[in-house]
Amino acid sequence: MRRLSYALLGAALVALPVAAQQQQQQKQPAPEAAQQSSPQAEAEPSLPKQSWSFDGPFGTYDRASVQRGFQLYSEVCSQCHSMNLLHYRDLGPNGPGGGIGYSEDEVKAIAATPFINGKQVTDGPNDQGEMFQRPGRPYDKFISPFDNPEQAAATYGAVPPDLSLIIKARAGGADYVYDLLVGYKDPPPGFKMGPGNMNYDEYFPGHQIAMPPPLTDDRVQYQDGTKATTDQEARDITSFLAWASEPTMEVRKRTGVKVLIFLLFMTGVLYAAKRKIWLDVH
Amino acid sequence: MAAPRSQNKIVRWIDHRLPVFTFMEHELNDYPTPRNLSYWWNFGSLAGIVLMIMIVTGIFLAMQYTPHVDYAFDSVERIMRDVNYGWLMRYLHMNGASFFFILVYIHLFRGLFYGSYKTPRELLWMLGVVILLLMMATAFMGYVLPWGQMSFWGATVITSLFSAIPVVGDPIVHWLWGGFAVDNPTLNRFYSLHYLLPFIIVAVVGLHLIALHQHGSGNPLGIDSKGPQDSIPFHPYYTVKDMFGLGVFLIIYAAFVFYMPNALGDPQNYIQANPLQTPAEIVPEWYFLPFYAMLRSVPDILFVPAKLAGVIAMFASIFVLFFLPWLDTSRVRSAHFRPVYKWVFWLLVIDCIVLGWVGAHRPEGFYVVVGRLGTLYYFFHFLILFPLIGWFERPLPLPTSIAAAVTPKGGGRLAGAARPMEKP
Repeated sequence: MRRLSYALLGAALVALPVAAQQQQQQKQPAPEAAQQSSPQAEAEPSLPKQSWSFDGPFGTYDRASVQRGFQLYSEVCSQCHSMNLLHYRDLGPNGPGGGIGYSEDEVKAIAATPFINGKQVTDGPNDQGEMFQRPGRPYDKFISPFDNPEQAAATYGAVPPDLSLIIKARAGGADYVYDLLVGYKDPPPGFKMGPGNMNYDEYFPGHQIAMPPPLTDDRVQYQDGTKATTDQEARDITSFLAWASEPTMEVRKRTGVKVLIFLLFMTGVLYAAKRKIWLDVH
Repeated sequence: MAAPRSQNKIVRWIDHRLPVFTFMEHELNDYPTPRNLSYWWNFGSLAGIVLMIMIVTGIFLAMQYTPHVDYAFDSVERIMRDVNYGWLMRYLHMNGASFFFILVYIHLFRGLFYGSYKTPRELLWMLGVVILLLMMATAFMGYVLPWGQMSFWGATVITSLFSAIPVVGDPIVHWLWGGFAVDNPTLNRFYSLHYLLPFIIVAVVGLHLIALHQHGSGNPLGIDSKGPQDSIPFHPYYTVKDMFGLGVFLIIYAAFVFYMPNALGDPQNYIQANPLQTPAEIVPEWYFLPFYAMLRSVPDILFVPAKLAGVIAMFASIFVLFFLPWLDTSRVRSAHFRPVYKWVFWLLVIDCIVLGWVGAHRPEGFYVVVGRLGTLYYFFHFLILFPLIGWFERPLPLPTSIAAAVTPKGGGRLAGAARPMEKP
């Protein structure tokens, strides 16, 4: 009986994280401005698993890929999607987790270059009591493409989700975002698209997504000369978004190694102490 | 009560006026404990330590958190990004809640298996159920604070349950909300209560310990200690055993905090609360799933509507635990000597796991049937099986003493018991 119970406990501890992850994957991601009620929506393809540099207990962000992803964000995604939780300073050496490899001067230059044609930071009021426009500085938040959600809804038909936490906010995480970006297809025969400018995506819940296919071959000219295929772009933007969702991931994993080594050692010593102290009881 | 053996004059001076040292000597050092406690007896002290971890990390989080619907979500993310080791405090706190429930559930099932609720420990058990209820309230309100989608919609669903109460239901819900929807007043009061309740839990844990030390721990054999050969001093035997258990626990806890901190959470809670957009599925944290399954399983019963019946079933599933000492008619504590109950116990464990699994799915088709059967079995177990088994079951003969059962020679006084502590 005792053995059985230990076995059950052990099995539960092993099964728990697995079950939790499975449960997360089974849960449907949030509806993104799309109708979900179509009957075809029932058969969701499972997400193909990708391999990421930030996977696993020793995983780190691939700085070159994250920087390319940032270039994509600033030239493409930022035209519609805000990233309200990020500051320009986060990209530099003093950012959380040490940034994505830009120097302080580079960060200053990035902050001063508007993502969207000419859109600057609204600051103020000045000593005349008036609001004024100025170029961004490292301590500013990323400039949002719209001033408020209502403006976004009026412009795009729906509010494009903020991307700061998108990897953590979707079941399937980085795999889901990558698969969605490369999952645009012609609707299968017999699939009825809803009204409006909807696009068919294999991995989007309900398959009808308002966002037009954002990536194409050579959508950007990469500064580091990497060939910008659609797949490469999807990989890079996902890397950048993964970093943005949790810039402190690397320091977390590094700390974890030290903590676990200490705990394993301490627990070993305590086990020896327990054995020794209990010798006269057994 | 032995006076402290301290040679330190200051200690003796203080102890003569305020006997804290005598108290600690008596309750920690000399405190006689059955010599045969298994590792299942580690979980109480572990839960106490996690309670302390939750309070400490919670106080640090409270220094940076802003309880306002417009700022709460961003302030939590600021903790994750800009506050030094904020991510550590938050992940410790967030996963700590899950692990607190894992430990307490194991502790509770330990009590069920070994009959820890039986005379003279009825009040000890009932105080434990009070702690469980307080924990549930605290965890529920804490989950609302990050103001994510699941925070908001979970709070809406659970507080709306009170509207099932006839006549006064709706006024009660509006009173709980402080308005006509879950909004800023709700967030503010939940924050205030989430800070308060853990300290009330500490107080009830204090009472739980007073009740424990009155008659001492039960033990795997379920028989009373019959003399000094049956017990050993708490220190150093159980202090070191508890410390080793703590080490093992911390390894598992750290593995989650550092390597899969979000595995037990819901991705939806990384989306800021939006009262205009209902998530596809509203699910509570995993530790509430069995209760959520019961809530959603119960159909209309006679003139009681399904919603009210579900709420009653959910609360009754906890309140029934208060009556266990009187529902169980067997005088034998340990299931080791109860050939029938031993197996029925595991059926209950399986039933709770099945209910948890049902709770994670939409109440449709197959899941409704399993949920109803599971709920029915849960109450059948406590209200029918418990009293019945005690009557017809023939328990195995009990050993004459703890020492006789666990040592080859029937035991003698231990070296450690004779000289509890060697002072340098």
